[in-house]
Amino acid sequence: MLAAILANPHIDWLAISPEVALVGTILVVLIADLILPERESWQTSRIASIGVLVSLVFVAVLATHDAVQPLFGGSYEVDNYAIALKGFFLVATYVTILLSIDYISEGDYYQGEYYFLLLCSVLGMTVMVSARDLITLFVALETISIPTYVLAGFRKHDRKSNEAAIKYYLIGAISSAVMLYGMSMIFGLTGETKLSAIAAKVATLPDSKLLAVAIFLSLLGFAFKVSAVPFHWWAPDTYEGAPTPVTAFLSVASKAGGFVAMLNIIFFGFGGKPNMWWGVVWILAALSMTLGNLTALRQTNIVRMLAYSSVAQGGFMLVPFAAYGIAQSHGNHEVAQSAFQAVMIYLLIYGAMNLGAFACIIAVARRTKTGAIDSFAGLFQHSPVVAVLMSIFLASLAGIPPFAGWFAKFTMFRSAIDAGGGAGVALAIIAGVNSVIAAYYYLNVVRTMWFKEPVEGAQPVQVTGALSAALVICSGVVVAVGVFPSIFGHIADVATKLSGG
Amino acid sequence: MAHGFDAWVLTLTTFTPVVGLALVLLIPKVEEQTIKVVALVTSLVTLGFAIYILKNFDYDHSAKLQFQVKKTWIEMIHSNYHIGVDGISLPMLALSAFIVVLCVIYSWNHFPEPHNVKAFLALILLLEVGMNGTFIAQDLILFFIFFEIVLLPMYFMIGVWGGPNREYASIKFFLFTLFGSALMLLSFLAIFFKAKNGLGVHTFDIPELIAAGKGAMTHGVQLMIFGGMFIGFAIKVPMFPFHTWLPDAHTEAPTVGSVLLAAILLKLGTYGFIRIALPILPEAAKSWAPWIGLLAVIGIIYGALGCLAQTDMKRLIAFSSVAHMGYVMLGISSLTSFGINAAVFGMVAHGLITGMLFFIAGSVQHTFHTREMSRLGGLLTQAPKMGWILGFCAMASLGLPGLAGFWGEFPAILSVFSPAAGLNEAVFRAFMVIAAIGTVLAAGYLLWMLQKVAFGTPKDEWKDHEIHDVGTAEWLAWLPMLLLIVVLGVFPGLMFKTTDGAVKNMVDKAFHPNLSEPVGAKSSPSNSQPTTPTTATSGG
Repeated sequence: MLAAILANPHIDWLAISPEVALVGTILVVLIADLILPERESWQTSRIASIGVLVSLVFVAVLATHDAVQPLFGGSYEVDNYAIALKGFFLVATYVTILLSIDYISEGDYYQGEYYFLLLCSVLGMTVMVSARDLITLFVALETISIPTYVLAGFRKHDRKSNEAAIKYYLIGAISSAVMLYGMSMIFGLTGETKLSAIAAKVATLPDSKLLAVAIFLSLLGFAFKVSAVPFHWWAPDTYEGAPTPVTAFLSVASKAGGFVAMLNIIFFGFGGKPNMWWGVVWILAALSMTLGNLTALRQTNIVRMLAYSSVAQGGFMLVPFAAYGIAQSHGNHEVAQSAFQAVMIYLLIYGAMNLGAFACIIAVARRTKTGAIDSFAGLFQHSPVVAVLMSIFLASLAGIPPFAGWFAKFTMFRSAIDAGGGAGVALAIIAGVNSVIAAYYYLNVVRTMWFKEPVEGAQPVQVTGALSAALVICSGVVVAVGVFPSIFGHIADVATKLSGG
Repeated sequence: MAHGFDAWVLTLTTFTPVVGLALVLLIPKVEEQTIKVVALVTSLVTLGFAIYILKNFDYDHSAKLQFQVKKTWIEMIHSNYHIGVDGISLPMLALSAFIVVLCVIYSWNHFPEPHNVKAFLALILLLEVGMNGTFIAQDLILFFIFFEIVLLPMYFMIGVWGGPNREYASIKFFLFTLFGSALMLLSFLAIFFKAKNGLGVHTFDIPELIAAGKGAMTHGVQLMIFGGMFIGFAIKVPMFPFHTWLPDAHTEAPTVGSVLLAAILLKLGTYGFIRIALPILPEAAKSWAPWIGLLAVIGIIYGALGCLAQTDMKRLIAFSSVAHMGYVMLGISSLTSFGINAAVFGMVAHGLITGMLFFIAGSVQHTFHTREMSRLGGLLTQAPKMGWILGFCAMASLGLPGLAGFWGEFPAILSVFSPAAGLNEAVFRAFMVIAAIGTVLAAGYLLWMLQKVAFGTPKDEWKDHEIHDVGTAEWLAWLPMLLLIVVLGVFPGLMFKTTDGAVKNMVDKAFHPNLSEPVGAKSSPSNSQPTTPTTATSGG
């Protein structure tokens, strides 16, 4: 097979054009940083954002193009699902760049390297969504992760940032090793690395302890990546220590990368053996929601609070996985699509609302230089627009209509109830109770902004052009999708139907 | 389906406030007068649409959904933008549009601290979207969305403009309601997956579910789903033991917030029972009815006793709401058209009367800067007009015949004398006796409040104070309500004529599937004028 591919390296350049555009941009950024004088190095951010937009144009072309054949012997698919998520990752990256521009140029940072690393990670994400092979999957995951280890430590004179990077790196390395070990067992059992071939083999294999261990270990690796409880404890320290735009990127794009990997491996690989894994995912989901939320209640730093909140949101995103497994084990194959959709919709909406919340935090922290929740006191009185926007993002995270978060929660609940059975309904109720707990700490920030008096001498928050652009994009998505959920519903619908998820 | 302007008028009634909201947000904060005018005009235009609906509604076919529109909304989950009004929702929609106008008028020169006219009026308009929308929604998801939209504006209203304990009260209000609506949403989803419409497709459409839901689910599943909805709606009503958020929220909320909360928001819960829970899950409703009735009478007695223990006038009115909503729920628990007609009447009457009482409490607070009844007294000599209005509303609230309160309370008590077939008569008659005792207590606490606040001689501490009696803005806001309390009291048929057809149709379909009476048959309780003694209710 490999020989055949090497002998006849037919490559559909259009299909991989977004990735090619990214690679090109990465090289240009690197070279530009060498050539440009120190005070002109902010230009790299411009190059990076243009590159991302060009790549996005290619994604749009692909979206309107006829279906593309699988590439590289079936290990690389550019189907509607992949195209939709590539679009998501690129938009999320564009917003991250908008968040970074002022933060990075005002601090004492190496700008060229920053955008270089960011784009490398994004390249991994665009590859990840197309990966239908264990090896491609693993390579993509590492491409996502390794640049972010460096990014987390970008404030190199800050001990917290160093701690963030070290913790993140060690945990990342261990989880990769565990996952790779699990994958090697799967290869040993099936003799295949391609997911479709694995799916066919796995379904016919007898239930064995070895298979259970293999699936368990590969899932554990992902559990680290998406910071599911009990593998979440690196997240708050890393999120707090890393530069805030990097935290936004980690909590949205990088986390989404982990979820996409899980979608690929579970829906395209292990669907035939639900009994081997749904219990584990059920427990991870329930624990992540509950412990994430309970710990978030006690936080006084807004970034740490959002870190725990993102652990809990990850738990909500795991619910459809468990629902899919429960339904599969009952022989009910109809849930597959609604569960797949639920994860996708949740990812898209979570991305918009979490990036929006971080945009507000960065805007406020530019003036207050602190992440304490108390520093938001009285924001409504002196900067009403930022306060209202932040309230919208937090309300959306809490799942309150008419903001997009309700639809994400709704599709998640729907998959759980649809799966039915005691396990499905129980998980739905746990999720329901958790969404009330979560509302408390999100509203605590709202309360601080609206009901408290500002500290003496508080000045209005200045929102820079780039940050306002990010805020407009995020709030536009959050409100529009909240009122007309069909926008994302349609994307997810088409994407899942045609990819047969 | 409606055509032309009729197809738009409900949408306009719901979303005109959004236009006003956008305008208010665009006007600079300092232009307070312009902001007030825009808000007033918006609410008046909205009321205009509501009046158009009242005028063109076909009262002979009140069971039929009118001004109906059904458009695809979220295709992926089979949820439609399906709106329409029948005889049950029409009075509620009209009440909502009506009260908001009065609230804007009252606010004219009564802005609570920290002032901020712009944000306050913006929130009232946003609140109106949610309230009007809930009463016209004919799709479970649409209903849920509108039901939830009211949460945030009310949270801010209590939290920003409320009393000293506002932060606690606002978050308590929010979390209680959110918990209920999470369970409600799960119940809606369970219905969706368990029931199918005539074409065998899963649906969120309320009329389709009413038509097809029966028999599609096992009794056990129905009971569980009803339980989830019950908690969601019962928290909103609120029924004992879920009522604890209410006294706090009411006491801390600014006057207009209390009025809207009492007049409209509480009704979202009872309306949910009548519109969704009963007709879609009739079997479960029958099993749950005795428990609903029990909690309702506990609420009546508990609310009344709670009133007697209060020293704060506003808190007393809040507890009286718990008792009054108990009568509404008691009427619903009878599962008869007689009882449910009374319940809908009670919802409107309570909205008007308790709304008025909260207005007065607000003005008392505005004048005296206290609501402690021990410091008040002699309102009749200090501000005679306000004193008399308070007396009038207290009489209306305790159910004096000839005023609106009577028609909600008395038939509700009477209805449980013979509850729907299959319910235990002895149990419900016991409820009737307890509820009747409740009316005596109601007379007790209302007269006690009147005595403390209005009678007697003014306390010395007010000697040098200049006391304002009812002003222009207050008259403009209050007169329409006072008039309606009298009109509905003297001509209850106006309301019963509207609701009866729809209620009868709903009850017949849900609880007497074998009877097929013609839709809109005339046998409203208004025709059976009271021949029964009214001693229990005429304590004043």
